[in-house]
Amino acid sequence: MSAKNAARRLEMYSKLVLCRAFEDKISELAAERGRLPGMQILATGQEAVAVGVVQALSPEDVVVSNHRSHAHLLARGAEPGLLMAEIMGKAAGINKGKSGTLHMAAPELNVLMTSTVVGAGPPLAAGAAFALQYAGKEALAAVFFGDGAAAEGSVHEAMNLAALWRLPVLFICENNRWAGAQGLAEHCPVESLSQRAAAYAMIGETVDGNDADRVFARARTLAEACRLGRGPALLEARTYRMRGHGEYDRQHYVPKDEIERWRALDPVEAYGRRLTEEGLLSADQDRAVRGQARARVLEAVAFAEQAPYPAPNQALEDLWA
Amino acid sequence: MTKGTFGQAINSALDTALALDKRVFVAGEGVGVSIHADPNMPTSGLLAKYGPERVKDTPVSEAAIMGLAVGAAAMGLLPVVEIMFFPFITLASDMLVNHAAKLRYLSGGKTSFPLTVRVKAGVNFSAGCQHSHNLEAWLAHCPGLKVAFPSNPADAKGLLLSAIFDPNPVVVVEEMPLYWTTGQYPKGDQRAPLGRAEVVRAGRECTVVAYGSAVHTALAAAEGLAQKGLSVEVLDLRCLAPLDREAVLGSVRKTGRLVVVHDANKTCGLGAEIAALAAEQAFESLKAPVRRVAAPDIPVPFSPPQERFNRPDARAVAEAVESLV
Repeated sequence: MSAKNAARRLEMYSKLVLCRAFEDKISELAAERGRLPGMQILATGQEAVAVGVVQALSPEDVVVSNHRSHAHLLARGAEPGLLMAEIMGKAAGINKGKSGTLHMAAPELNVLMTSTVVGAGPPLAAGAAFALQYAGKEALAAVFFGDGAAAEGSVHEAMNLAALWRLPVLFICENNRWAGAQGLAEHCPVESLSQRAAAYAMIGETVDGNDADRVFARARTLAEACRLGRGPALLEARTYRMRGHGEYDRQHYVPKDEIERWRALDPVEAYGRRLTEEGLLSADQDRAVRGQARARVLEAVAFAEQAPYPAPNQALEDLWA
Repeated sequence: MTKGTFGQAINSALDTALALDKRVFVAGEGVGVSIHADPNMPTSGLLAKYGPERVKDTPVSEAAIMGLAVGAAAMGLLPVVEIMFFPFITLASDMLVNHAAKLRYLSGGKTSFPLTVRVKAGVNFSAGCQHSHNLEAWLAHCPGLKVAFPSNPADAKGLLLSAIFDPNPVVVVEEMPLYWTTGQYPKGDQRAPLGRAEVVRAGRECTVVAYGSAVHTALAAAEGLAQKGLSVEVLDLRCLAPLDREAVLGSVRKTGRLVVVHDANKTCGLGAEIAALAAEQAFESLKAPVRRVAAPDIPVPFSPPQERFNRPDARAVAEAVESLV
C-alpha cells in the first residue's frame, strides 16, 4: 500500500463520515417541525457508492445526479453550507434557493444537473457524454440512478443510444433494494440489474455497494474504458436504503430484521473498521475525522439558518438565459 | 433574396448554422438518410455536406433524442433535434418540459439549455390523429420554452436561425404541407426576431390573428372580404411564446374587432389566450365580441371530407368577421 493510496483512502473515509453526518443532521432537523421545508430524501446507507464512484472520476468528468444527491455533491467537494442553505430555501444556497434539496446543480464542480424525475438522468448523461465525445475530450459522464429507475423506458433508450454511439457514459445503478414501498422482487424480474448491460452489448458488472474500496476499484476500471472510447458501461452497486424513501416514511412495510441485517453492514462503520484494522486509522485520527465532520455540519447549519430568504419576487428571475 | 420552397428555406437555415458554428449539430430519426428522397425535405443533403459526426441519425427514441439535446446543450453545444410528427413530442415531453424548460430555473441561472427542437406538424394529409395533432398551446403554456410557428419561407429560415442561436430552448413548429409552398427568403445568416408578430395585411375594420398555415386561410378570407368592401387586418403571430402582446393590442385598438384563427382545436387553444388578452387590456376598444375560429374539440379525423370539415377554412373566417361588423 503506497502512501498515496493510504491518503486517498483516508480522504474517502472523511467523505463517508461527512456525508453521514450531513444527512443525519438533515434527518434531525426534518423531525423538528418547521426547520426544513419540503421532502428530505436521503442516501443514508448508500454513501460508499457515491464516495467510491466520485473518487474514481477526474475533474473533467461530468456527474448527473438524482433525488438522493447530497452524497454525490459532497463527495464531489460541494460546500456543506451552500447545500444546507439550498435545502432551507435560502438565497445563499448553491442554487439561490430555486432548487431545494431535490434538484441541485453545481456546474462549477461538473455536477452538471440533478433530476428528480426518476429515470431522467441517463438520457441527460448521454447528451453530456455526446458533447464530450464531440469535443474529443477524454472524459465521461457518470449518472446515478436507482433500481426503481431501471424500470423507466428512458433508461433503456439512453443505454441503447449510448451503446450504439459508443458514448462515454458510466451508468451507476444504486440498487438500494427499494422503489418507494416496493421491494426489489416486486418491481424487478431479474436479481442482477447488471445483466441488463448485455442487451446493449456493453460491459455490466455488479459490485458490493457498501464496500467503498471495491466500488472505487470497479468504477476506476470502467471509467478508464469509457474514457478510452470503448463505449458505455453499467455498474450495479448493491446497497441498502437505510432510511425510508423520504424522512416522512416510517418504513412500516420493511421487515425489521432486514434493517438490522443491513445496519451490521453499514458502509461508513465498515470502512472505519477496515482502515483501523489495517493500521491506517488510529482512534485519535478517527475521533478527529468525526469531530471535523460534525463541526463542518454545525457550521453549515448555522450559516444556513442565519442566511436570509430570497425576496418573493426573485421567483421571477433565472428562467431565461 | 432567393426564391425557393419553405422546405428549402429551412434547409438553408440549417446549412447556414452548421457552416457558421461548430457547436451546431443536427439529430433525429432520418435526418441524415431519409425515406423521403425529396430536396424539399429540410435536412436533405446535410449529411453529405457535414458528415455523420454533425448530422446524426438516431434510433427511434424520442426521449433519448431530447435527452441528447438537453445534455449536450448544458455542455455548451447548440443541438437541433427533429421530432418527426407533432404527437410524438409526448414521448419526449419529460425531457422537454421537465428538463429543458426547468433545469436552468432550478439551478438558479447556473446552467443554460440553448437547444432547438424542430417539430414536423400539420393536418390535411390524412395521416390520422396520431400523426396530426397541433399541440402548440401545451408547449406555449410551459414557462421556459419558446415556441415559433412560421407561416412563410422567409420566417421559416429566419426564425429557425434565431432559435438555433438563442440561449434558451426553442421549439419551431413546421407544418409539412407548407414545405412545398414557395416564396422569397434571405441568403446567409439573416435572422427573424423571436417574439415579434407582423402585420401581413393592413386593414381598418377587423383584426384577424393567425399563425402558421392559418395565416394563409386568414389572408384568403381578407381578400374575399375586401371585394365586399370590408377592410381586414391580418396579424401573423410568428411566435407563440414569447407572445407579441403589444402587436395584438395595437391592432385591436386600431380596428376594434378581433377574430383568432388556428388549426388546433378550440378549447384551451392559443385563441383563448389572445381573446383573454384583448378582454383584459383592450376591452374599451372592442366594438364587438371576440370570435375564435378553430377546429372542433375532436381528434383530427382521417377520412378526407371529415378532415376538411375539421379544419377552419377561409369561409369560416369570413363568416366570423362578417358577424362582427
